[in-house]
Formats: sequence, C-alpha cells, structure tokens
Amino acid sequence: MSDEMEHRTPVSLANVRADDPHLQPAAKNPRRVEQVIGLLFVLGIACFIGFAVTYFLDAPAWTYGATLGMGLFLMGVGQVAWGKYLMPRGPFVEERHELASSEMERTAFAAAIVDRGGGTVKRRRFLFGLLGGGVGIFSLVALIPLMRSFGPQPKGTLFKTNWKKGSYLVDSTGRRVQVGDLGIGSIVTVFPQGFENSENGQAVDQTVLIRISDEDVVTGKGRETWGPHGYIAYSKVCTHLGCPVGLYEQQLELLVCPCHQSQFDVTKAAIPIFGPAPRPLPQLPLYVDASGNLRSQDGFNQPVGPGFWERA
Amino acid sequence: MSTEVNTERTKKQALGPYGKLGQTLNELDDRLGVAKGGRTFLDKIFPDHWSFMLGEIALYSFFVLLITGIFLCFFYTPSQALTIYHGSYAPLVGQRVSEAFASTVNLSFQVRTGLLMRQMHHWACDIFVGAIVVHMARVFFTGAFRKPRELNWTIGVTLLTLAIVNGFIGYSLPDDLVSGTGIRIAYSIILSIPLLGTYVAFFLFGGNFPGTDIIQRFFFIHVLIIPLIILGLVGAHLFLLVRQKHTQFPGEGRTEHNVVGSPMFPVFIAKTNGFFFIVAGVTALLGAFAQINPIWQFGPYVADHISYAVQPDWYMGWLDGALRVFPSWETVVFGHTIPWEVTIPSVIFPGIIFNICYAWPALERRYTKDYALHNLLDRPRDRPKRTAAGVAMLALLGMTFIASATDVIAHFLDLPLNDVLVAMRILIIASPFVAYPIAYVICKELQGFANAGKRKTANIVSRTPEGEYVSVSAPHYEDDVHNELEAIPVPTFVVEPEIPESSGGVRTVPR
Repeated sequence: MSDEMEHRTPVSLANVRADDPHLQPAAKNPRRVEQVIGLLFVLGIACFIGFAVTYFLDAPAWTYGATLGMGLFLMGVGQVAWGKYLMPRGPFVEERHELASSEMERTAFAAAIVDRGGGTVKRRRFLFGLLGGGVGIFSLVALIPLMRSFGPQPKGTLFKTNWKKGSYLVDSTGRRVQVGDLGIGSIVTVFPQGFENSENGQAVDQTVLIRISDEDVVTGKGRETWGPHGYIAYSKVCTHLGCPVGLYEQQLELLVCPCHQSQFDVTKAAIPIFGPAPRPLPQLPLYVDASGNLRSQDGFNQPVGPGFWERA
Repeated sequence: MSTEVNTERTKKQALGPYGKLGQTLNELDDRLGVAKGGRTFLDKIFPDHWSFMLGEIALYSFFVLLITGIFLCFFYTPSQALTIYHGSYAPLVGQRVSEAFASTVNLSFQVRTGLLMRQMHHWACDIFVGAIVVHMARVFFTGAFRKPRELNWTIGVTLLTLAIVNGFIGYSLPDDLVSGTGIRIAYSIILSIPLLGTYVAFFLFGGNFPGTDIIQRFFFIHVLIIPLIILGLVGAHLFLLVRQKHTQFPGEGRTEHNVVGSPMFPVFIAKTNGFFFIVAGVTALLGAFAQINPIWQFGPYVADHISYAVQPDWYMGWLDGALRVFPSWETVVFGHTIPWEVTIPSVIFPGIIFNICYAWPALERRYTKDYALHNLLDRPRDRPKRTAAGVAMLALLGMTFIASATDVIAHFLDLPLNDVLVAMRILIIASPFVAYPIAYVICKELQGFANAGKRKTANIVSRTPEGEYVSVSAPHYEDDVHNELEAIPVPTFVVEPEIPESSGGVRTVPR
C-alpha cells in the first residue's frame, strides 16, 4: 500500500532522507508496540459493544460507566501510545516569526485611526457628541427596564414577617402547639398559623420553640413576659447568612448554626457567644391563651436574618 | 507564482494524484484558500512537556461538560413549582418536592445512563475547575504569563471565575437540601453588599428569598449565558496560543526564537485526541464508581430544614472557610447596617485575590523592570520571589479551604469547635508568612544543587601522590541523560520537477 502511494505521488521529502532518524518511531520494537496498541483498541471496542449490551439489558447503573469509561480510556491510551511510540520521533523545530509589525506598518495603522478617523470626528465634533450622548442615554434607558423588570423593589419586605399579634404557633403539619406539648429540653420548629406550607413562610417565619423549664423564662430586660411556662421562641434564620439554626445543644442550652457554627445562648436572649454571627436571634414574645395554645404577643421587634444596608 | 490553478474543473476532470481526498481538498481550496494556511497549521510545532497537558485536561473536561450537559437538558425541568414525587425512589414517594428536584431524581433513576451522565457532569466540573487551577499554577510558576502572553493570562483568570460561578450555579439546580442552603447563603452574601445589595438580591431572585424565579434564572445562566462566554473565551485562549506559539522550557537547541517539539499532524493530534479519550474515560469511570451529590439522600430543599456537616463543592471551600473564620464585625452607622463579617470574606476577599491574579503580570513587569518578550519558561527555583509569592498565595487559600471543615475537624480530632476555629484563624493569617520564606529558601537551595531530581552518582575520592585528596563525581547514569536528536525542521515536501530533465531543479513549495 505505501509503495503504491509513493509511486502515485509527485512529491518527495526535501532536506531529509526517508530513513532519517527523526522520522523513525521512538519505539525500539515498533512491531511489538503496534500489537499492544492493537490489543488496546480491540479491548476498547469490546467495551463499547459491552456498553450497548448493558444498555439493552438494562443492567445496573454502574455498568454503563464502567464499559463506556473503560472503552474510552483504552482507546485513549492506544492513541497516545501510537503518537508517542510509532510516529516520527522528532524533535522538530520551527522558527517563531516576530509578531510585531514593522515601524512603518505601525505608523500607518495609527495614522489611519488618528488622522482619518480622528480627523473626521474633529471636523464634526457636535455630531459626534450627539451620537456619543445618544448611545450613552440609550444604554442607561435600556438598562432601567432590563433591571427593573427582574423583581420587585425591596421596600419593607425584609423588615416584615407574617408573625402578628395573636398568631397561633403551629408545627410544620399545621397543628397548634399547646402548652403541654413539649418536654423540658425539647425543640420544635414553628410557624404562624396559615404560613406553615408557604415557601415564604418557611423561609422567613421559621421560628424555633424551645422549652427550657417549667417556669416562666426571662431572657432579658423588657422581656419579662415573653417566655411563659419555660417556652422561648427565636427566629430560626441565622443572623449571619440566613441558614436555619437547626442544632440545639440541650446541655449547654445553645442554638448552633450548622452552616458556619455560630452559637447562640438560649437563656440570654440568644446573644451570639461564638462564631461569625453578629447579632442575637430575634425573640418572639409568647403567651398562653385560655385554651392552652401558644400564641405570639406580637411580631418580631426587628428584621430577622442577615444584615443588609437598609437595616437600621 | 505564475502557474495558474485550474479552478473551473468539472468533476470528471483531473482526479489528481491524491484521488478523491485530494480532489475534495482542491474544491475546498478553490472556495476558501485553505491549502497554504492549512499546511502551516498541520506543520505547527507543539513543545512536549508533561505540564503542558494540564490545560488540555481543562479543555477536555469542558467538552465532557458540554456533551453530558446537553444530555441532562433534555430531562431536567427548571421549575420551583411544587409537585408530589411519584418516581421509582421509594423513600421519597409522596413527598412534596420542586419539579427541579423531581426531574433530577427521575433523570437519575428512570432514564437509562441518566445517573451516569449526571455524575459525569458533576465530576467533569470538579475536574474542570481543578485542572484550571493547576494549569494556572503551572503558568504562574514558570512565568508563562510574561510578555507577550499577559492577555491570555487575563482570559484564563476570567475563565476560572466563570467556571467557579457556573459550577456553583450548576450544583444549585437540583434544588436539593444542600444546594438550597448554598443558594440561601449566596442570597445573604449579595444582601450584604453595601448600598446596592438588597436591590441586586431582589432583582436576581425576583423578590425576597426564596422567591419563585431563581431556579429558572440559574438554569438559563448555567446552560446558556456563562457557557457561551466560556466557549468564546476558550476560543480566544486557544487562538492566542496558536498565534503566539507555545512557550517551551530552555534546553539544547531551544531559543527564544524557535519552538522544538512535535508537529500538529499527526503526532500532536494523535496524542491530544487520545488524551481527550482518557479524560472522558476517567470521568466516566468516576461517574460509574464514585458517587457524587446523591440528592435523593439529602432530600428536597425546604427553607427551614438543614443538614449537618455540609460542605459545598471543593472550589467554593475557600470562600466558605473564610466566612467561617471571619469575626463578627457588623457595623451600624447613620442608620445603615454593613455586615462586614459577610462582605469582607465573601466579596472583598475573593475580589482582592482575583485582582491580584489579574494584576500580577503588570506588577511583576513593574517590579522587575523586565519589559522583554519571553518565550522560554523559567524554572520556578530560578525566580525564588515569584515562586515564594505563589506558594504563599496557595498556602493562604489552602488554609481557608481547610477552614471550611472546622466542624468536621473538631469532630474527627475530638477537639472543641472553638479551639479549632481559633487555631484556623491563626493558621490562615500565619500561613503566607511562613510559606513565603520556606519556599524562598528551598528555591535558593535548589539553585545551588544542579542535579536535583537525578539519581545520585558515586563520588570518587582519589589521593594524589602528593597526598592531596580529590573528589570527582562519576558520570550520570545513562537513563538519566536525555539523548535527544538535534531538532530539524518538519520535512517539507518537494514537488518533483514537471519537466524533469530540461529544467533540472526541484521546486519547493514555499510557505
């Protein structure tokens, strides 16, 4: 085959003879390498066929990747070996041509821009100003709807939750929490009734209800009535980055955020005692109504969650 | 050239000496003029060094990402709308999940090869970012970013940021518990930006967290906008590589003005194509045998649920670590809150890091007053200050990365979490200052040790008749000496004279 080609070809190698060592394969025993590569290719093809077979047999999921991956890998190794051991070993050299143009070319280029283009602009400064201004105004004007259509203005959204005066505390199934429900040391995530299933309710209103004793708990000044019967409620949204503060260390009476390990002292108005959280978790003032339901005296007295510019 | 090419052949005319293929090439050349440039391209020399394939890993894992990503697009539903799961994964049946979550679980379990494609996609992403980082380190430590290649360095840094961002957005798409927590954190980070943060967050998410739009928007950004930019920049990256030609390490016959290596065709093509197969194959094997992101175990995202010991994908680790160790420095001034404990580690810190990367070529030019063109690479040891600076940067980022596992470390070593955190703070601040001098000294030591990396040879000590002792080191082992031929130009082909006898000469085909 190769002989035939050479006969038909009107070209021949310049500079080097066909038996030049640069053109010889790097392998000491090319015949052997060829056999090995052939074997790799055959195995690779077998793997590809295996992939089709596993597919039609609906074999376990890992077999697809095993056959496909092995096939690709073997074919790949074969090709690299072919390139490395059987092709002209070289090395070959090539000159780098200078990227820079001649001094004259550069001057002519700059002149085309400055003299031809700049001259045109200088003669029609007014028009150019108008054009530039127009493009600028267009980009501004185009930007406004482009940005503005993407979402509502924040306005007061971040300051509010759905907790109101008299909201019933319900768990995630919507069941009202009663004063006898939790044992000491227990914790449950609660929502204002009606919002336990809404995404916004889960994200914003989520609150942890902890019972730390049988008696009323006072966590700080002005919070004398907020913890009836040992129940305290804090916003579950971490003041660091908004993760749910979902871990309760019962012994130490700490709430721990699993994301960045901020720790809040449950007995002291949830002040952060460790980690990156900057503020206490807002506390929800509670009361127990006549039929034993836990309800909120009012909403949170400050925005829940992480800090933001508009927050005072 | 005076000889006219016959461009008005009929199909029957002149099947040239190269048959059908030759004719196709001729037809192509008639229309596009590809012969001359094409041959230059095929003869193009690529230098051989193992470290030059790191960029190829990145490129090929990007191809794997494109292919597997297209597959996933056919089955994924980018919607936060809630639905009841009725798929084949029993523990989730009957649960309220988002359509995004349900479709991801379904494409994993009910679409044949779906799980493989998903896992390959995720693995390819981790490899992609990793290969970019290692490739970037290679370029940095060998000084390949120097003039004339600063622009390509800039493109590379941009590609890294885009890869990290798109990786984050991508693993957020399944809307599972872990990634949902990540989105929540991202929202809070945006919120922390002074002045604009609230608006940016509201416009990006279409309202307060979680809003209803983010999955759909992330999907669009993830599968179209960023990949398109990456594709364009990769194209530019490769174009510049070809235009400026690859750098090479110094060596025999290698100068600033030449390139020594293998020609594009067929040697480099064979190797690099084989390497593409290997990268794809390894990714597929990882996808088959190494489980990644089993979202059905995490469950769907519910805003008030949380999992313990959660880490993001590895390339986000340094940011998570920075957020963990930074002290709580929120300030309230003039009725405005600035949560520095979020803004500094997650916005300003990465901003500084990436800007240092962008600025480095210019900084080094100014500092060393080296404005020359460089095509030969440095050995890292020969530029001890640069190498030490790079090591210091890696140490800093490595430590913040480790800090993203404070809880796991505390648990594993049975230490109080607080102690681990304080220790990490100290280590992070100290690491660059410790790493720099150590790296610097190692470089200096290596400079004085010419045969580092080669096998030791015997030292022959002999005594002269005068009683003087002379030590001579024995020659290197034969295997350690690189016996390379002297490089020659890629053989050009010569068209044999058309009128052999009379003209007597050969006509070479000039470039």
